[in-house]
Amino acid sequence: MSEPAPATPLLEARDLTVSYGAHHVLAGVDLDLRPGSVVGLLGPNGAGKSTLVRALSGVLGRFAGTIRIAGKDLRALSRREVARRIAVVPQEPRFEFPFTALEVVVMGRHPHLTGLAFESADDIAIARRALERCGASHLARRPIDQLSSGERQRIVFARALAQQAPVLLLDEPASFLDLRFQVELFDRLRELAEEGTGIVAVLHDLNLAAEYCDRIVLLQAGRVVAAGPTAEVLTYRNLTAVYETEIYVDLNDLTGALVVTPLSSRARRRLQESPPGPDRPPAP
Amino acid sequence: MSGSPPAGRALAPAHRLVLVVLALTTLLALAIAIAVSFGAAQVPLWQRLLGGAWSDAQQAILLALRLPRVLAAAALGGLLGVAGVAFQALLRNPLADPYVLGVSGGASLGGVVALLAGAAGLGVPVAAFAGALASLIAIERIATSGGRLTVFTLLLTGAIFNAFSAALIYFLQSVASREELSAIVFYLMGRVPSAGLSTLAALWGAGVAITLALFASARDFNALTAGEEGAQQLGVDVERLKRRTFVLGSLATALAVATAGLIGFVGLVVPHILRRLLGPDHRLLLPAAFLGGASFLVLADLAARTLAAPTELPVGVVTALLGGPFFLLLLRRSGPASGEGAGYGARDV
Repeated sequence: MSEPAPATPLLEARDLTVSYGAHHVLAGVDLDLRPGSVVGLLGPNGAGKSTLVRALSGVLGRFAGTIRIAGKDLRALSRREVARRIAVVPQEPRFEFPFTALEVVVMGRHPHLTGLAFESADDIAIARRALERCGASHLARRPIDQLSSGERQRIVFARALAQQAPVLLLDEPASFLDLRFQVELFDRLRELAEEGTGIVAVLHDLNLAAEYCDRIVLLQAGRVVAAGPTAEVLTYRNLTAVYETEIYVDLNDLTGALVVTPLSSRARRRLQESPPGPDRPPAP
Repeated sequence: MSGSPPAGRALAPAHRLVLVVLALTTLLALAIAIAVSFGAAQVPLWQRLLGGAWSDAQQAILLALRLPRVLAAAALGGLLGVAGVAFQALLRNPLADPYVLGVSGGASLGGVVALLAGAAGLGVPVAAFAGALASLIAIERIATSGGRLTVFTLLLTGAIFNAFSAALIYFLQSVASREELSAIVFYLMGRVPSAGLSTLAALWGAGVAITLALFASARDFNALTAGEEGAQQLGVDVERLKRRTFVLGSLATALAVATAGLIGFVGLVVPHILRRLLGPDHRLLLPAAFLGGASFLVLADLAARTLAAPTELPVGVVTALLGGPFFLLLLRRSGPASGEGAGYGARDV
C-alpha cells in the first residue's frame, strides 16, 4: 500500500470543528484524501461520521477550521463548483415526487448544466451508462418513489456516478443492500478508485471496511482516535476501546483478509469453558 | 407495466415542452373563444368567422365587457396555478396551495381596511396589494434566522399570519355597518372583476414575468425534490432559490387576491392534474400551470356567469364546487394503494 503523496490532496480537512451550542459534534478533525484512495470512516453511533461527510460536502453553514478541495478553500467555491468536484451518496435518500429512476440519475448532470439548458444527448448517455454500471438499467423507467430502499440506494449511487466528480462521499451506502449488491457496490468503488477517484465512505460493517478500504479514520465523540492504513487501525486495542465492546481481529484462512469479530457474551462464556488450543492463540 | 410513467415521457423534455405549450395554448384559446361567446347576451364568435356580422350592441358587449373579464380570469388563473406549483416545490409537498404562506391574509386585510375607509375603484386592490407586500416582508424576516430561510418556520409563520388576519377581519366585520359588511363579504368571496386596461396589463405582465422567472429555476426545483441538502450537493444555491420562490410565488398570490379576492382550488387542483398528466418535471409544470390555470378559471368564470343567470355566482364558489369533488375523485381513483402518486401527502408534514 505505497502512496507516493502528490502535492495537493483531492480533499483535505484541517482542525475541523463543528458545534451545536456548547456541544462539539466534531472537534479538531484532520483528514486527507488522495486520488485513487478509499478512506473508511468508522466509529460508534454519534461519533460524528455523518456530520463529517456533510461538512466535507459543504452543506454545513458554520464550521471552524479549513476544508480544501484540490487546494481551493471550500468557502470560496460556489455550490455548483463544489458539486462538480464532490458527489454525495446520502444515507437515506427521500423522494416526494414520482420522477423516474432515469430522471433522477440525469439530475446528477445538474452541476454541469448552466442557465436554462436542457440536458443534452450526451448527458442522457452518461446517465444511462451510470445506471448500467450499477446494474439498474431495468429500473430506468420506474418511478423512484415506488422502488425499494435498496433499489433507491443504487439509483442514487448511479446519480453520483453521473456527476463525474473526482471525489465521492458515501454515507453508509450499503445499509439497505443485500449481500450481492453490497459486493457489487464495493467492487464498483474499487474500480472507481483505480480510475483515480478519491472515495470517503461511512461504514458500519467493519469487515467490509477491512476488505475494501486503503485507509481508516476511526472517530469517537467527534475526535479522531486513530487514522492510517487499514491494517494498522483495525486492531483489537483500537476497536475495543472505541466501540466499548470486545472486538477480535484475525486473518481469514481462505482469503487472507482481515476478519473482525465482536465478541458476544455467549462466545465469551464458551471461551472460558474451553480455552483455545495451542494452534489458535487467543487474540492479544 | 402498471408502474410505468406516461408514454410521452420517452420524449426529450425540450420536445415535450413545445408540445405541452402548444396544446395548452390551443386549449386556452378555445376556452377564451367559448367564454366570450356566452353570457346574458350571446355573441357567438363563429357567427363572425362564418362571414356574418355583429350588431353594434354585440360588438360593444364583447369588447367593453366580456373580453376584459375573460382576459382577467385567464391571467388570474395563470397566476394562481403558477403560485401553486412554486409553493408545492418550495415546501416539497404537492398539497400546498398559494394561500398557505400567509400573504393572502395580508392582502384580504388590506382590502377590507380600504373598503371601510371608503376607498373606491383601484383603491381597494392597491391597498390589498400593499397589505400583501407588508406581510410578505414581515413573514420573510420572521422565518429567516442566521441568514437562512427555514421552510418549517415559514409554514408556521404563514399559518399564524392567515389566522391573525382572519381574526382582524372578523373584528372589523363585527363593528362594520350593514352595508359595509355586505361589501366586505362580497369582496372576500372571490370573483373576477371586469378589469380596466391598466389592471389587465399589470396582471398579464406580472403573470408572464413571474412564470418566466420561476421557469428559470425549474431544474433547481427538480433537484430540490431530493431535499435541501440533496439539492445543495447537486450544486443548487438553495438559500437563494427558497427566497426567490417565496417572493415570486407570494407576488403572484398577492396580485390575484388583491384583484379578485380568495379564489380557491385553482392553485391546488390544476397543478395536481398536470402532475398526473405530465409527470413531476418543473420545466413542463410551470408553463403548463400558467396555461392550464388560465383555461380552468376562464371556464369556471363562464359557469359563474351563466349557471344561475341572471344571478351571478362568485367564481370562488364555482371553483370549490367543481374542484372539491373532482379532486376527491382523483384521490380515490388512484389512491395510495394503486401505485402512481402513492404516498402523496402520506409521508408529508
